[in-house]
Amino acid sequence: MTRGRAFTALRRAEARAAWGFMAPALGAMALVAAGPIAWTAWESVHLHDLRMPWLDRPFVGLDNYREALATPRLIAAAGHTAVFAILTVTLEVVAGLGLALVLHHRRRARGVVRAAALLPWALPTVVVALLWRFAFEGPASVANMTLASLNLADQPVAWLSGAVTAWVPIVLADAWRMTPFVALLILAGLQQIDPALHEAARLDGASPWRAFCAITLPLVAPALLVAALFRALDAVRVFDLVYVLTGGGPGAATEPLSLYAFDALMRHLRFGYGSAISMGVFVASFAGALVWIRLMGQRALVREEA
Amino acid sequence: MTGTAARLLPVAVVIAALAPLYVALVGSLTPDARLFQSVPLVPTPLVWDHYRALFGTRGFWVPLGNSLVVAVATTLLALLLGAPCAYALARLRFRGRAIVLALVLAVSMLPQISVVPPLFLFLRELGLIDTHAGLVLPYLTFAMPLTIWFLVTVFRQVPLEIEEAAMMDGASRLVAFRRIVLPLAAPGLATTALLTFLFSWNEFLFALTFTLGPERHTVPVAIALFRGQYQVPWGEVLAAALVATLPVALVVLVAQRRLVSGLTAGGVKG
Repeated sequence: MTRGRAFTALRRAEARAAWGFMAPALGAMALVAAGPIAWTAWESVHLHDLRMPWLDRPFVGLDNYREALATPRLIAAAGHTAVFAILTVTLEVVAGLGLALVLHHRRRARGVVRAAALLPWALPTVVVALLWRFAFEGPASVANMTLASLNLADQPVAWLSGAVTAWVPIVLADAWRMTPFVALLILAGLQQIDPALHEAARLDGASPWRAFCAITLPLVAPALLVAALFRALDAVRVFDLVYVLTGGGPGAATEPLSLYAFDALMRHLRFGYGSAISMGVFVASFAGALVWIRLMGQRALVREEA
Repeated sequence: MTGTAARLLPVAVVIAALAPLYVALVGSLTPDARLFQSVPLVPTPLVWDHYRALFGTRGFWVPLGNSLVVAVATTLLALLLGAPCAYALARLRFRGRAIVLALVLAVSMLPQISVVPPLFLFLRELGLIDTHAGLVLPYLTFAMPLTIWFLVTVFRQVPLEIEEAAMMDGASRLVAFRRIVLPLAAPGLATTALLTFLFSWNEFLFALTFTLGPERHTVPVAIALFRGQYQVPWGEVLAAALVATLPVALVVLVAQRRLVSGLTAGGVKG
């Protein structure tokens, strides 16, 4: 029994040490993440206008949320966010899968492509946005010149002043930046597939297309899902790219939720109302994160518990 | 997957990835007057005017300095606070570990905009708006989970035996961590530091919200807010964008292999 007791004591000492090791980091995260999010929730049920400090911060219940839902600009912003997320995620996952499949079979190309793929991903989003704005700005922009030289357009397009065309550089910029990265994520998934499976399919006379549908696709599906969710979470909170590329314009035609929240907070100084919109962005991405943790994290977390 | 199409695709990818940067490079070396007239593949003559103006009249040194100070401070602080935490999560057995890991993951997915209002009020209360510390503190929201998540993987790869032998010889946990684990994990620590630096260097929303004037702007904010007298000074903007890219390109070149394995580890291994 003494051995058992000594063991328990040891375990307890280890647990104490663990919490000691983690305390500074957990404290920091409570200060800059957990605390603030609770505070945002609190702000969102209060009337708090920095331009009218004499109003103080009366509790208003769900008024801010009600006002938001009755504002067409918010509904539009939510729509823009959803469209942006669906377009970019689809584009990046499909193109990323294609790219990953090619890289999977061409080992030697991988090193070079990896460096080239990581560079756009690692760039400041502001730089990405400016590069693409430059390419689409003005009648003699790179985009218009390219279209003209390919005889695809007889007159220059004013990309950034059209409510629909302004989306083109935004979506292209995001796809340019993230597709190679998504491909790398999917490639890592492809590399986990046992080559013997494809060998067996080939011996059984399956066509490459059939082998792809029956073996590759189902086995790489988890990696695809993770990449898609990962990207969707990023897309829901998109800010920098749109702020710099179009400023949400023309008008508010390309304004996503984060940008509208920022406008309410930092331009109109309506902290209660802005916090309510921020909470909306938080809840949307938190729901996604929960799905992600369930799908992926759980496996990673549980494995270590054993 | 044979044939020329598959063979050419990697080349096409490399070209597509670099083309916008090349266009920017050419643009940054072309006089403003000719910037939107024609796009020669190799412009002549090359002029350095935009770079001269950038560092001369525009004073681009100031945002570069701000970015450097803030990114380095954030990285060091995140490593200092995050490394022991990651070590505990990677090595020690205790109840609630899965919850802490899930918590770290949840913080890493926090949309920045959702903590902007309280952080602004908090920093204003502390008088930290428009200071370097007023950026380092909010930057911990993304730097902490990033650092911890990466270092957990790093510490798991350090061989257990050496550490156990040290503890058999009477070393405490803390000593084993500092004298044995940290030196062995040095390459992984370096990669993590580079990645945290990268994210801090690139950050935009917090820097835009928590700084007030050009004296405290970081590089991304400075570039985004460039204004000319009548229009966007594209030559200087592109030159600045390329200058901002330089450290990023260096990090990618130095750490690409390790970065990829680290980044994909969270997504695939599981």
